[in-house]
Amino acid sequence: MSQASVLYDLPGPKARRRNAILGVASIVGIVALLAYVGWKFYETGQFEARKWEQFQYAAVQRELLAGLWATLKAAGIAAVLALLFGAIFASARLSDRWVLRAPATFVVELFRAIPLLILIFFGYYVPLQYGWAIDKLWALVIGLMLYNGSVLAEIFRAGINAVPYGQTEGAYAIGLRKNQVLRLILLPQAFRSMLPAIVSQLVVLLKDTALGFIITYPELLFVGKQIGGRLAFGLPYVPTYLIVGAIYIAICGLLSIFAWWLQRRLGRIPRTAGEVLPAQDAGEDAGRMI
Amino acid sequence: MGEFFRVLTDNWTLYRDGFTNTVQLFLIAAVGSLVLGTLLGAMRVSPVPALRASGATYVNIVRNTPLTLVFAFLVFGVPKLDVNIDYFDSACIALTVYTAAFVCEVIRSGVNTVGTGQAEAARALGMTFAQVLTLIVLPQALRAMVPPMMSVFIAMLKNTTIAAGFSVLEAGAIPSYMSERGEPQFAVLLWITIGFLILILPLVALQRFLERKWRVAR
Repeated sequence: MSQASVLYDLPGPKARRRNAILGVASIVGIVALLAYVGWKFYETGQFEARKWEQFQYAAVQRELLAGLWATLKAAGIAAVLALLFGAIFASARLSDRWVLRAPATFVVELFRAIPLLILIFFGYYVPLQYGWAIDKLWALVIGLMLYNGSVLAEIFRAGINAVPYGQTEGAYAIGLRKNQVLRLILLPQAFRSMLPAIVSQLVVLLKDTALGFIITYPELLFVGKQIGGRLAFGLPYVPTYLIVGAIYIAICGLLSIFAWWLQRRLGRIPRTAGEVLPAQDAGEDAGRMI
Repeated sequence: MGEFFRVLTDNWTLYRDGFTNTVQLFLIAAVGSLVLGTLLGAMRVSPVPALRASGATYVNIVRNTPLTLVFAFLVFGVPKLDVNIDYFDSACIALTVYTAAFVCEVIRSGVNTVGTGQAEAARALGMTFAQVLTLIVLPQALRAMVPPMMSVFIAMLKNTTIAAGFSVLEAGAIPSYMSERGEPQFAVLLWITIGFLILILPLVALQRFLERKWRVAR
């Protein structure tokens, strides 16, 4: 952004002065905004020791850890299942037979168009009504699997299709079979180019486990609501959500950085013919990231 | 099958109100996030480092926070700061704040798709900043922005269901009302799914069409 901006020329002395003034003014504005928020927190007593003291208790820390564990457990199971689902449906969509291709396309397109929460509700309200004993964990996991699996199927398909066609032609020309072409030629190249996109989709999946809150699955956010609702500590919702938010941002941020690092690293090694699918570039497929 | 249609006809007002609120929520949050997102996007491509850094910080924080947490903070946390917003407005604000980060990214990467040579040539012709922006950069950048922007809004339309967990009567909240009425939930959810498909599929089709059309032109 520093030199090769499409919008601006290299700043001359006048523009540099103007930019410096604007910079100072915007810093003042942003600091003032943050100070106002901080003052508002202070004024309403969010920094009182009473609201924070329960986080010193081992029992409350254990509660938070249990919530984090529930979140990670749901995300872990859902990630594995979604990757399997995605692999199966991507290979069906890439098949030469329309009997496999058509239903797979239908399923993938359908589950990407339904709101994730509604998918989770299918696993929650229907068993609830008929009294079937289905764990809330599975309602959440199945919803996450169907949605993220469909998105991953598209990522896999895009990755395979991004390998230049010459690779396939060359492989057929030396006498490899369809199965071998996919397994030995396309997948190894596509896998490298898909990896960043896969990792950032897993970040989305991890974030989406927070929907478990709505079906009262005891994940991190749900635990946060319980901790925040304690009258004895002055209803410390704000401190609790700050802590819960920090945990989410730390975990997802680390994964995002990993995806970004992978993208840069894989982009540097020109050993794959396919172009690396972006991990975080919203210009490519922003809807996926939400 | 008769049972399936009866669920819709018997509860028509609930479905109508639910989906009306969903669309309302969507439209308000779409306008809000477009405005806030454009502002943030302008910050991220501005020549002022402080603005760029704060825009990037906003995007990175919001993008790694679950939307449900933003909702929960607004509904349970913010009233403790002596700021009272009703549930519907909270939902609008949550969706706006969250989606704006993604809108901002679309705008930033849209502007970055325009080749530097384009603007350099325009400046060499003696165009002013306003001319470069409106005649050269934006017409090209907008083409790159519209399809991903539509994906963002499609995703936001789906995200409006989260408001159901926070006392807003919209489409996602219908099942909890229906469980009081004892309607068969599978049919209830299937109708909600159909409702969303009716709203979303035309948008998806339009988005794919634009994407294909403008990819060739580039």
